[in-house]
Amino acid sequence: MSVTLSTRQVGDVTVIDANGRITLGEGSTAFREKIRELAAGGSKRVLLNLADVTYIDSSGIGELVSGFTTVTNQGGSFKLLNLTKRVEDLLQITKLYTVFEVFDDEAAAIRSFN
Amino acid sequence: MSGEIIHTDILLDSTLKSVDQGEELVLDAARGIGFSGEELNDIGIAARECLVNAVTHGNRYSAKKKVHLRILIGGRRLTVEIGDEGKGFTPDAIPDPLAGDNLLRQSGRGILMMRHYMDELSVTERPGGGTQIRMAKSLAG
Repeated sequence: MSVTLSTRQVGDVTVIDANGRITLGEGSTAFREKIRELAAGGSKRVLLNLADVTYIDSSGIGELVSGFTTVTNQGGSFKLLNLTKRVEDLLQITKLYTVFEVFDDEAAAIRSFN
Repeated sequence: MSGEIIHTDILLDSTLKSVDQGEELVLDAARGIGFSGEELNDIGIAARECLVNAVTHGNRYSAKKKVHLRILIGGRRLTVEIGDEGKGFTPDAIPDPLAGDNLLRQSGRGILMMRHYMDELSVTERPGGGTQIRMAKSLAG
């Protein structure tokens, strides 16, 4: 099983709802292409909802980092929402908790972009 | 280590499909000696990271090169040995993924994760060439 990604707009924030596994292969490729698509379309406020991401490996973490740098290099913001304990642990282990802004409430996350 | 028996000794192709297959074999062995829940997930991730490294960095997806997977069990302890047929590497040569400038690198976190999730980890050169990573975890309690 790979990852499915759907997007929705909440004001000027693009929310990506991810479901499944972000691992090397189909999952990481799908994520990379989605970020590329959003960046090409000029999205500058991106919120990645990871509530339904059941599994992520170091390649998946790498794609989160890549997404962050892609969006921020264009002057935008890339934030994370609803981390599972597993993903939260991984961000702690890799010290990426110091890089990403993380939220467990969507409304608060959306407000933070303003 | 004395008391360990070989549960699995298999050669895998250097493909992502083999990563899934290898991970499942390790998880099956781990379940068999009683790992479950978070610890089982931890073992799965460590095994997956190691298999990915063997396929992508070690063997570079070469159809001519195999991934060597050996699983040993002994009492409450699981040992996994994963070897590739590549050129070998020195762990010290990998940039520290936790160092400031490296935090935003796209790769390089696999061994960090393996060390975190397993009780023991060692990296050695395979006798026939390539790298072998040996990692072990014991049931808690």
